[in-house]
Amino acid sequence: MRSNTISRRSFVMTAMAGLGAGLVPMPALALTEQSARALVDEVVANINQVIASGKSQNAMIKDFERIFVRYADVPIMARYALGPDARTASRSQLRSFTKAFQSYISRKYGRRFREFVGGRVEVKSTRKIKAGYEIRSTAYLQGQAPFEVTFLVSDKSGSEKFFNMFIEGVNLLLTERTEIGAMLDQRKGNLDQLIKDLPNAG
Amino acid sequence: MRYLTSSWRLLCALTLAALVAGCATKTPEQRARGEIFDPYENTNRSIHAFNRGVDKAIFRPASKGYVTVVPAPVVTGFSNFAENLSYPGQALDFLLQGNPREACIAVGRFLLNTTYGLAGFFDPASEMNIPRVDTNFGETLHVWGFGEGAYVELPLYGPSTTRDAVGVVTNAITNPLGFGIVRPVENIGVYAEVLRRMGDRGNFSDTVDSILYGSADSYAQARLIYLQNRRFELANSGSGSTLDLYADPYAEFDTGTDVYDDPYEDPYAQ
Repeated sequence: MRSNTISRRSFVMTAMAGLGAGLVPMPALALTEQSARALVDEVVANINQVIASGKSQNAMIKDFERIFVRYADVPIMARYALGPDARTASRSQLRSFTKAFQSYISRKYGRRFREFVGGRVEVKSTRKIKAGYEIRSTAYLQGQAPFEVTFLVSDKSGSEKFFNMFIEGVNLLLTERTEIGAMLDQRKGNLDQLIKDLPNAG
Repeated sequence: MRYLTSSWRLLCALTLAALVAGCATKTPEQRARGEIFDPYENTNRSIHAFNRGVDKAIFRPASKGYVTVVPAPVVTGFSNFAENLSYPGQALDFLLQGNPREACIAVGRFLLNTTYGLAGFFDPASEMNIPRVDTNFGETLHVWGFGEGAYVELPLYGPSTTRDAVGVVTNAITNPLGFGIVRPVENIGVYAEVLRRMGDRGNFSDTVDSILYGSADSYAQARLIYLQNRRFELANSGSGSTLDLYADPYAEFDTGTDVYDDPYEDPYAQ
């Protein structure tokens, strides 16, 4: 069994590898198993760093939002969460929705950062899927039984980014799509109203 | 004895409902795609509203009080106690699933925790790295090839399916401990289970609150989360389509497209 515990060293190595990639022209941008694993390590290290900073909750949520934008393919996630309505939305509506979705997610999950204090994610296996890689891992949070988390990573946006996550089989993106759909129904399908309300929801 | 006959009648009715719901309307394609089958949505929504009311008025405050007042190790102790009481029944289910190894683990855990764990309040089995087991008759039915059936929300219990509901009732009335000669307290398993659920409700208060009270449609959220998690739990046992469903998170995009091929593609619009 291969196991990969998050450590400062791997974070530093990843950061250096990232720097190297920027300096040396690479033949092609290709997602590999190692880089997918490294990405998980890096995000966990980043999140723990923010939690350890001891800033105010609002400042931390801002930091989480920055991490979210940097490591997740937010536009594709927002579009998927919006569902069929994304088809009829205008370009500018989509743009504002993506922004609103981004702050909604950061607030909704960022507010509960305490549950993640001292959190550790151990990558168990990776597997090629159509859009990129599936990374299966076990999350260890304080005072909780370990649980299974699966990340989906793709480089289709131009760089390696997360686009979905499953917690004990629960598809995060599908859950949000259901939620956004319900919010839209509440507003009789008025997307502009949803865009206005979303940053304060969750 | 009258209790038993009425329980049997309920069980028969539920089994019948599960069989009818399981094969009447759900097509194999729907099942493979992992769609939600909820023909009783109106009834379910009423029960959901009732459950939410009970949670808000009684269960939530009681649970929050419970985990605030009672020290954490004691809360864990009661949860351990409830879990320990379920091991004999689990052993039976593992046997029915053709899984003697897990059945032995369940029996071993029960013996160890009942003795060294002081009636099950402690969990020395886990400290000795004996793997945790968790099953029920719903899983046994799954292994036997019964489909999930329709989604149902049970009063005072919460999300379930017709198959799992049959399991819940069967487990409740066939618990081997219930037929023991020495029964110091009637229905002790039920009280222990309620305490265990209060511990969970109190300890995971933020998560449950965000689903029940923070969502625009708490019924739809609870349904989706329950079904996905249940399918995930069962994916490793039996030979249902759930295995394939979880093995490939893209199963829902089985039209040959995924969210990247066409982000505007709606997998449900087929």
